[in-house]
Amino acid sequence: MTHFPKALMLVAALGLAACANPNRFDNGAGAGPGAGAGAGAFVPGSADDPSSAAYFSQRVGDRVLFAVDQSSLSPEARMTLDGQAQWLLTNSDYLAVIEGHADEQGTREYNLALGARRANAVMEYLVSKGVPASRLKFISYGKERPLEICSEESCYAKNRRAVTVISASSLTG
Amino acid sequence: MTRNLAPILLAMMLALISAASPGLSRAEPLRLTLDQGVVEPLPLAVPTFVAENSEGMQYAEELSRIVAEDLVGTGLFREIPRDAHISRVSNFGAPVQFADWKAINAQALVTGAVSADASGRVVVKFRVWDVFAGTEMGQGMQFAAQVDGRRRLAHKVADQVYSRLTGETPYFDSRVVFVSETGPKDAREKRLAIMDYDGANVQYLTDSASIVLAPRFSPDGSRVLYTSYETGFPRVHILSVGDVNSRILQANDGVMSFAPRFSPDGSMVVYSMTQGSNTDIWAMDVASGATRRLTAGPAIETAPSFSPDGSQIVYESDQSGSQQLYIMPASGGEGRRISFGDGRYGTPVWSPRGDMIAFTKQNAGRFHIGVMRTDGSEERLLTASFLDEGPSWAPNGRVLMFARETQGAQGASALYTVDISGRNLKRVRTPAGASDPSWGPLQ
Repeated sequence: MTHFPKALMLVAALGLAACANPNRFDNGAGAGPGAGAGAGAFVPGSADDPSSAAYFSQRVGDRVLFAVDQSSLSPEARMTLDGQAQWLLTNSDYLAVIEGHADEQGTREYNLALGARRANAVMEYLVSKGVPASRLKFISYGKERPLEICSEESCYAKNRRAVTVISASSLTG
Repeated sequence: MTRNLAPILLAMMLALISAASPGLSRAEPLRLTLDQGVVEPLPLAVPTFVAENSEGMQYAEELSRIVAEDLVGTGLFREIPRDAHISRVSNFGAPVQFADWKAINAQALVTGAVSADASGRVVVKFRVWDVFAGTEMGQGMQFAAQVDGRRRLAHKVADQVYSRLTGETPYFDSRVVFVSETGPKDAREKRLAIMDYDGANVQYLTDSASIVLAPRFSPDGSRVLYTSYETGFPRVHILSVGDVNSRILQANDGVMSFAPRFSPDGSMVVYSMTQGSNTDIWAMDVASGATRRLTAGPAIETAPSFSPDGSQIVYESDQSGSQQLYIMPASGGEGRRISFGDGRYGTPVWSPRGDMIAFTKQNAGRFHIGVMRTDGSEERLLTASFLDEGPSWAPNGRVLMFARETQGAQGASALYTVDISGRNLKRVRTPAGASDPSWGPLQ
């Protein structure tokens, strides 16, 4: 998952080259709505706009998942967070709130604290990669806001998450 | 927002003249002894109360029905159906025909009378009879209330009957604050609500604009602590039940505060506060706002609950690697672990009698409500299901109320009660989904 957005970023950066060399970049350049119009030709705010929230959530990846009762970051999670840190450093006018969640298999209070541990682990990682702590906050929803509603591990795995929700600083400041 | 929750009850207790019927004496008075484990419910007759005037007619059936439901609902009594009654009680003052009640094996008999006046005041009188001894148990009493508080009249009568027959303090005239839930699991709306212990008279204390969690009554029932996301972040709030005004208890430095509970005298609040990855237990003096940290260390410490004498706090911590129960002095300090069985233990609550701790246990994919002694011995699991959680004690320490969530995409939460013997598991009738009950004091 995590190397896919990087590939798209490359395509975007090489947009001009794509036009000059259709044989090599035909597929990539033709995929977006602005195909053929060159670099920067995207609908502002769409997932093709590298400085958009949609790009952050869909291409960079706004969430990482956790093992049962754990708040440690997997290698895959770290790769996603590396992308998040890079994006946040590039788009310095954005703030982020990291929302920690737990699956339904736990008591309410404990899951609140566990969600906080997860969100805090993400926040500390982003800070370690250079994102100013002043731009980051975290919150826990415990088991109050599941994404998936089945009572099986397939759903639980997606609910044990920390989601980085970005907002333009001008809006929240 | 619902207002005017102040009880409208004008509790008037006045002893009536007891018609001393000589009757047969026997060595032991009628008495259910709960500690020996009541398995066979005591046969009880509650004939429809006598309407003493025409205004009272509309309430006589209703009130006597609530009295019977309260008593039968304990699992300790079995009601003898009214169509099996031989005697008709048509005059509250007339002598009881004990032979007629003996013939249908009614051990205890409750008679009552109801009157009402044009101003909406309802008066109920009652007497309790030991049928086989042929004697009255205690003295007749009467209670009065405005018409919209009449269910409380019936609960008060049932409380008296329960006490006289069991020797225990009662719990029917009590209220429960809880979270009312509607909507699917991934878009659930939660509101604080308050109701009578039996699910009647639900009134809402908040709207569903913010997530609200785990309300806790103050010892006198006048205030409620709860956690709300109103500010965007979970914070402990305090609400006055009388005027339904609430405020943030404390603008603290932590990311979030939650899991609040009052001290037995209502002057202190213990709660959890998260700072960084660490969640600790803090105490706050409600009047001054002064706070003190009670636990330290990197583990999650939450769900604190005072002993009834206020000297100790039971709480959960994952310092050992999984959730377990610990007891520390109320002033803070090192906790002493009391849970050692298989699985994880959370949400401990000290019993009002002081001798037991109720908890949620998670083991092998199942959840249980259980009780143990305060030293961790005599652990007893009372329930088992996909997800049982958050016990709260009845004021007399005989019954626990908790939330049970069903499994799957259509899963919903409901409130249940169970006797501490593990018997008499019952669902509480609420108008919508419900969770996080906190059982208030006897009113």
